Amino acid sequence: MELVVALGIGVLTGSGMWLLLRPRTFQVIMGLSLLSYAVNLFIFSTGGLRTGLAPVLEPGAVGSLANHADPLPQALVLTAIVISFATTALFLVVLIASRGLTGTDHVDGRERER
Amino acid sequence: MPDQLLLAVLVGLPFAGALVAMLLPTHARDAAGWLAGGVTLVALALVWVAYPTVSLGGVLRAEIGWMPTLGLDLSLRLDGFAWLFAGLIAGIGFLVVLYARYYMSREDPVPRFFAFLLAFMGSMMGVVLSGNLIQLVFFWELTSLFSFLLIGYWHHTQAARDGARMALTVTAMGGLALFAGVLVLGQIVGSYDLDRVLAAGDVIRAHRFYEPMLVLILLGALTKSAQFPFHFWLPHAMAAPTPVSAYLHSATLVKAGVFLMARLWPVLAGTDAWFWIVGGAGLITLLIGAYIAIFQHDLKGLLAYSTISHLGLITLLLGLNSDLAMVAAIFHILNHAAFKASLFMAAGIIDHETGTRDIRRLSGLNRSMPFTARLALVASAAMAGVPLLNGFISKEMFFAEALTAQGPFATPLGLLPLFAMLASAFAVTYSLRFLHGAFFGPDPVDLPQTPHEPAAWMRFPVEILVLACIMVGVLPAATIGPFLDMGARAVLGDATPVYSLSIWHGFNLPLVMSIIALVGGVLLYLALQRYLQSGREGVPLLRGIEGRRLFERTMVFLSWRLARTLEGLLGTRRLQQQLRLTMGVAVFAAGWAVWHRGFFQGNVPATPVDPVIALVWLVGAGCALGAAWMAKYHRLAALILLGGAGLVVCITYVWFSAPDLAVTQLLVEVVTTVLLLLGLRWLPKRLGAGAGSPVEVVSLSRRLRDLALAIAAGGGMAALAYGVMTRLPPELLADQFLARAYTEGGGTNVVNVILVDFRGFDTLGEIAVLAAVALTVFALLRRFRPAPDSVDLPEQQREQRDHDVADPRRQDGDTVSDWLLVPSVITRMLFPVFGVVAVYLLLRGHDLPGGGFAAGLTLSIAFLLQYMICGADWLEARMVLRPLRWIGFGLLLATLTGAAAWLFGLPFLTTYFAYADLGWLGRLPMASALIFDIGIFALVVGSTVLMLIALAHQSIRGHRAAARPLAKLRATPSSAPSQTAPASPGAGGV
Repeated sequence: MELVVALGIGVLTGSGMWLLLRPRTFQVIMGLSLLSYAVNLFIFSTGGLRTGLAPVLEPGAVGSLANHADPLPQALVLTAIVISFATTALFLVVLIASRGLTGTDHVDGRERER
Repeated sequence: MPDQLLLAVLVGLPFAGALVAMLLPTHARDAAGWLAGGVTLVALALVWVAYPTVSLGGVLRAEIGWMPTLGLDLSLRLDGFAWLFAGLIAGIGFLVVLYARYYMSREDPVPRFFAFLLAFMGSMMGVVLSGNLIQLVFFWELTSLFSFLLIGYWHHTQAARDGARMALTVTAMGGLALFAGVLVLGQIVGSYDLDRVLAAGDVIRAHRFYEPMLVLILLGALTKSAQFPFHFWLPHAMAAPTPVSAYLHSATLVKAGVFLMARLWPVLAGTDAWFWIVGGAGLITLLIGAYIAIFQHDLKGLLAYSTISHLGLITLLLGLNSDLAMVAAIFHILNHAAFKASLFMAAGIIDHETGTRDIRRLSGLNRSMPFTARLALVASAAMAGVPLLNGFISKEMFFAEALTAQGPFATPLGLLPLFAMLASAFAVTYSLRFLHGAFFGPDPVDLPQTPHEPAAWMRFPVEILVLACIMVGVLPAATIGPFLDMGARAVLGDATPVYSLSIWHGFNLPLVMSIIALVGGVLLYLALQRYLQSGREGVPLLRGIEGRRLFERTMVFLSWRLARTLEGLLGTRRLQQQLRLTMGVAVFAAGWAVWHRGFFQGNVPATPVDPVIALVWLVGAGCALGAAWMAKYHRLAALILLGGAGLVVCITYVWFSAPDLAVTQLLVEVVTTVLLLLGLRWLPKRLGAGAGSPVEVVSLSRRLRDLALAIAAGGGMAALAYGVMTRLPPELLADQFLARAYTEGGGTNVVNVILVDFRGFDTLGEIAVLAAVALTVFALLRRFRPAPDSVDLPEQQREQRDHDVADPRRQDGDTVSDWLLVPSVITRMLFPVFGVVAVYLLLRGHDLPGGGFAAGLTLSIAFLLQYMICGADWLEARMVLRPLRWIGFGLLLATLTGAAAWLFGLPFLTTYFAYADLGWLGRLPMASALIFDIGIFALVVGSTVLMLIALAHQSIRGHRAAARPLAKLRATPSSAPSQTAPASPGAGGV
């Protein structure tokens, strides 16, 4: 199981990295999204991959890791999801503004000289 | 008055005065003048109060604790030598303030001037009163900064800007060198405390780092005191208002250099290195400065070079390694301050009353301003070293020292008296030039203003200073004697030599030298008459050499050529290169760590592979690779594939017991996709390259390199993730959270309790970031101008319009309004359901998966659906959304909930909770965290909607922009739609 998720994280990272190095802004934004999936999954996986555990406590009870999922990486990832949404939005708008301003969607704001 | 208070006020008061002066209205000339005068007078009085203690050889000390754990305290120390300087700073400061009040024009922003002047005065006080070397360097740099501001006060003139920049560059560089030197000195001694440093002379001189440390410290002192080869900045600093020149170049800024050399003289001097560096620089400066001064046509330029020369004299005296020379140096510091300040002021009066400072144009002012002429006569005679004036006595001491100087090499020392005489003759010549050029000869013609005597109070400071010159010159022992003795004793201690301050020492060799110099100077002036009257610019013999040009060339080289070359060699402005480098370094660093530490098997065995999740991830990997493949030419396909990858991630969260994450991920996925869809509209069309088109070799190799990097990063990340997943640390923080979530946080959903309670402050920061991003998006899009090729209506809408126009039974826009009729009805009906789900998610968040983030996103999606299906125009005609208010309300609510804890004396964001029994509705958790969560909810709704609406509105604006040329053609300029007014969702109309 760990191997599958690890390979999945690897593929997401690799695809994201490849796109991040491309010259078009849309490619870069796609790459950032893929990369944020990978990073979120990675942070999540630090809590261990365990199935069938209770995500919430019994009222009045004291929980322990033996029968509950690790909540800390989850809390971290929850914030990370929202923040990566915000950065994607910001980057999209910068992309659009830069395209309107420079007339090109190259990341440097101008096409490469040939 | 306690010492501590006295010293603190002495340093602090000028800064406080500067602050107040800064706040005065721009043209409050009198108020600023009174303020500055008051501050300087108080400072002077305080200096006087300290005299009784100091004159008995006592030292006033003050330690003001700042960071005692680091050994950093404000340490002030006032001994006899510092007292002399403090007196100069405060006394001449007061006279300069008085003078400046009349000199500065009504049009100048005078409060700013006095603010800078006072701050500068405070910095100087800090330098001379520092009992700690680091602190001294700090104030030293402050003097550089404030002198920069003062020299550049008339910043509308090029000369002032250049002069100020040059002064700052040279003195601040010296300051940095000094800082380095002081650090070395501190290491040698083991303390930065001045008292301890002064007691460690033998250790310092014998240390192997003595020479480098000496060079660094002297770099600081010599640049500040404008010593050769750093002298060139001082003449350019003459672009400052004359009161500034009078203050900076007589008593303060340039004297800081000699102050430092004298202060550290007991521990640094006495070596050959000191003799050669300090003495050599002093001698060259003395001669060159005096020589150049003769050929200046500007009164202030002449005084500037004479200042350089006199500072050279003082430096030379300090470099002679003799106690008597040290006394002479201190004496000359005082004398020079008196006559040079008065001469600068006199030059300023001439400039002020005639409109020019050019000696070639000035003449015969003796008749129009006789009183000023007399004052200038005395002061310049003092500068020339005429008997019965103060300059004469210190010059005699200098001659005596030159004759008896002892050093490692006899021959150059034998020439020293000759050089001294020569420089002295030059001084006579330029003093004569100043006096004769300006005040004697025929009446001036064609001056910008008719000359007359200045206001009495403007002349008063000059009178005081000239009186001092005469008093000291006639009765040296009675007037300056005690003070000089006090200063010398503070530096030299028991080694203070016996010296005589009387005027008449008999007919001895120094007197003969004086007479020769006087006569020689007069003869030289007569001989040079013809040349000087020809009015040629530049200095004979030195015409080609100009420090300024050398300085500028160096600056251009350093700040332009070298910087450009280095940037070209080491940097790139291309984002791809930067990212490539960053990632390359990251991959390399990780590989390096593995290489050295190895990659060990973890302590948890891997669980068996579930075929379902393996299949899901097969799809996920395919989606990710597909998105990477398609993102260039098929953006929509790439977007869909990205969504697929997101769903797989979401399923993974569900699978591994994280429902909260799955919900949030799903909702965010929807919002992100809509967002990106809206953005697609504004990107340029990119059609796939033809199948047979050849790929360039460069581009191919670049892609292969990127592919290798991506594979390395992906592989590394996979290995890292696997490594992390198969390890379990013995103790996890999560145990604490799980144990306390219900008992202390009052919620069973531990993730939510962490977010709104345990780590509530992080969440507050996070929603603040979200709000900031939304506002940034909003602001960026307000000024948005679409690219020309994206302005037109999309093809689909054009076809719809053409269809409407072609059919006589249809109106224009019918097709658009009929578009997706059934889904739009269903969506409208679903809207309340969305609302209920959102509230449900919000309320149960503390105990079950959900919470403010998920609820906010749900409600935003409800709004988005309406926008997408019904269109912005239709919706906004029926519904008023104010996203900015949602944001503001949310942030305020969350912050106030946190602050409410203060009312109960608890730390920020402490949660209160209880359970309310609502009968058949069940027990509802009533935690204050719920209110916090409502704040999050409102903010998330506001931010998301604001961003998406701002993007959606671009289409409407784009159409308007496209319609504008048409409107112009119809020649109805008044009805042309305004670009920004209706299109801003936060402006209220949305």
